[in-house]
Amino acid sequence: MHGHVSEPEFLEQISGFLGVYYLTLATMNGIAAYYLWQSKRSAVLFRVGKNQFTTATLWLAVSVVFLFLAPIAMSGDPQWMRLASIPQPLRDLADFLMGPVVYTVGTMVVLLLMFLAREFFVKPVVAWGLLNLSLLLMGLSITDVDFAAIVTKPDNVPIVGLVFLLGFFTWLATYRAVENDKRKERGEPSLEALNNEKILVWPDLVYTELICMVALTAFLLLWAIGLQAPLEEPASSVKTPNPSKAPWYFLGLQEMLVYFDPWMAGVVLPSLVIFGLMAIPFLDYNKAGNGYYTIKERMFAYLTFQFGFLVLWITLIVMGTFLRGPNWNFFGVYETWDTHKVEALNNVDLSEYFWIYLLGQARPQAPAGSATATKLAFILYREAPGIIALLLYFIVVPPALVLYSKFFRRLFAHMGFIRYMVMANLLLMMALLPIKMIFRWSPLNMKYFIAIPEYLTNL
Amino acid sequence: MATLSETIRNSQIWKSIFRHPMPVDRRNRVVVMLTNFFLHLHPVSIKKQGIALSFTWCMGGVTFFLFLVETVTGVLLMFYYRPTLEWAYNDILALRDVTSLGILRELHRWGAHAMVITVWLHMYRVFLTGSYKPPREFNWVVGVVLLLLTLLLSFTGYLLPWDQLAIWAITVGSNMARATPFLGYEGPGAQLLTVDGIDMITNASDARFGLLGARFVGEETLNRFYVLHCIAIPLAVALLLAIHFWRVRKDGGISGPL
Ligand code: HEM
Repeated sequence: MHGHVSEPEFLEQISGFLGVYYLTLATMNGIAAYYLWQSKRSAVLFRVGKNQFTTATLWLAVSVVFLFLAPIAMSGDPQWMRLASIPQPLRDLADFLMGPVVYTVGTMVVLLLMFLAREFFVKPVVAWGLLNLSLLLMGLSITDVDFAAIVTKPDNVPIVGLVFLLGFFTWLATYRAVENDKRKERGEPSLEALNNEKILVWPDLVYTELICMVALTAFLLLWAIGLQAPLEEPASSVKTPNPSKAPWYFLGLQEMLVYFDPWMAGVVLPSLVIFGLMAIPFLDYNKAGNGYYTIKERMFAYLTFQFGFLVLWITLIVMGTFLRGPNWNFFGVYETWDTHKVEALNNVDLSEYFWIYLLGQARPQAPAGSATATKLAFILYREAPGIIALLLYFIVVPPALVLYSKFFRRLFAHMGFIRYMVMANLLLMMALLPIKMIFRWSPLNMKYFIAIPEYLTNL
Repeated sequence: MATLSETIRNSQIWKSIFRHPMPVDRRNRVVVMLTNFFLHLHPVSIKKQGIALSFTWCMGGVTFFLFLVETVTGVLLMFYYRPTLEWAYNDILALRDVTSLGILRELHRWGAHAMVITVWLHMYRVFLTGSYKPPREFNWVVGVVLLLLTLLLSFTGYLLPWDQLAIWAITVGSNMARATPFLGYEGPGAQLLTVDGIDMITNASDARFGLLGARFVGEETLNRFYVLHCIAIPLAVALLLAIHFWRVRKDGGISGPL
């Protein structure tokens, strides 16, 4: 991308920014250490003889490391900068290992592990450590031309921000939820219930709002001064850029185009997302967890939402933004966007598997010149395996869940037939995406369950 | 100086605007909330956790503030921008290179990105605190519509600079409408809608055409998106925000444990 800038020139360009970046990180950790030490909240991590190694010492040490990195980065000298970069073989390895499957499954596994071990991950010391680590990785990576090109593209900067903000707020919410869940077990009131006294809005709220507004204005001004809004060549309807990307908040939908046809990815599924969101209050009958953070009291709702939001929505947006290049091919973060990269695509449809591979015969086809109705009947017959599978999926799975799962039986008893079916079908719709992903990635390499190109109806 | 500020505060003009003394004691702190138009959006008193940053993350408030920033910078940008093929791109170029207040464009663009992010975070917080549960179901629904409108605001605005980034992003986005079942000419079932062998759904009558005002992203689209972006959607958002805030209060204020 930055093809016209040589590597030393590029390093020179970013050195100033990177130096300030590391200085900021050093300051951040210095302040953390000072705060812990001053407020006597510093915990002892281990002892060597008589010397205690506390969390304050740890962040001070981290701060010193960043302090050393700052001048190295600031030098802009390729030799020195190599010290503050991820070694090239590691970058190549990361690119080599990374692909849609590893990325998607990997993110899910990491999120799942963090969820299961949440009591560990919400500890401030762990969370702060992870933050430092990810910021360090950012810094060590940004000396890579390709990484820098994709991350510092003006319209992509907000998404970097989004990822860190989501990390922070997910930590905060989980921290409070874990705390509340423990309190409830001990029979104590939630953190929120402790804060129940009434106070006057003037001055407490009005001043908070005022301070927020001033801080935000300052932040926006700095952002606007520091980063110029993008403006490319004038519009031309004949020069199609490659890749052509939708605005970033729709890139999750664009990513779904890999697995679904536009009528599903662009119309049906987004409509269902909106409808499903609106339906949440009317489907979640659980009265617990209203007005305070908790996970244990609403496990099912929590996991469903997090799966939809963090895994399906955010993860796909990040992938569509940072990891999809020309021809919507997958590119690792340190990989050059090569327009000529080809990926073999020979997907097979379910009906082909059924008729050709399983039954060893040609797929049914209407005799030439037959009437539309006959043709349609033949098409439906040809696609019967997929159609039946889908009907079973939407009609049989919900009652089967009631029969075989105690949990769903309870839901059904509470919700009644219609509400239960709406919920179950929304969940099944949501699960359709991962299911299609898995079938595509599996050795079957399956494209469509139902393929009716004659009527543009592929699923 | 004390006398000067006293003189001002005792003047008829000041008193005509603020009908009570400074809010330094309890009585006047209550009165100020009731008599000031801007402050009366708030209740007089509130549960402490309702304003705890660790509870609300202030994200609804930040979103609202960003909406105001977008309104102000947007109106100012309208002074400099003409939504025609001849001028759109050049006007934006001028904002970058010539206009002394060109930073307005940066404020407006980054503010818009930020607003999309904060509205998601707000929804995230509302979900994680279970604040959509009774009696706040309806306000959640209003919120979802606001979320959709925020995205549409951002989407329609994306086209206005009329550069490569703009038209191709909108082309990719709006191509989806072409595949709407029955209503898009490349959508499932559209072929079935024929009268006497004449297709009812063509690329000049389908959902995408309705969105773009043309068969492809062109001058009609620019005009259409401009009107949607500057007038129609902001008005709808303003109305829904009024309902949203009204309902926050009518539903018993910020949620909390019972
Ligand atoms: C333009 C977008 C929006 C604005 C400006 C906005 C603004 C606000 C504000 C200022 C509050 C007061 C509490 C707080 O700050 O958290 C609030 C509460 C609330 N919002 Fe929004 N909101 C927006 C979108 C949404 C969305 C997308 C949802 C959900 C899908 C939502 C659902 C709610 C609910 C249920 C409450 C009550 C929360 C409680 O009582 O704890 N809002 N909103």
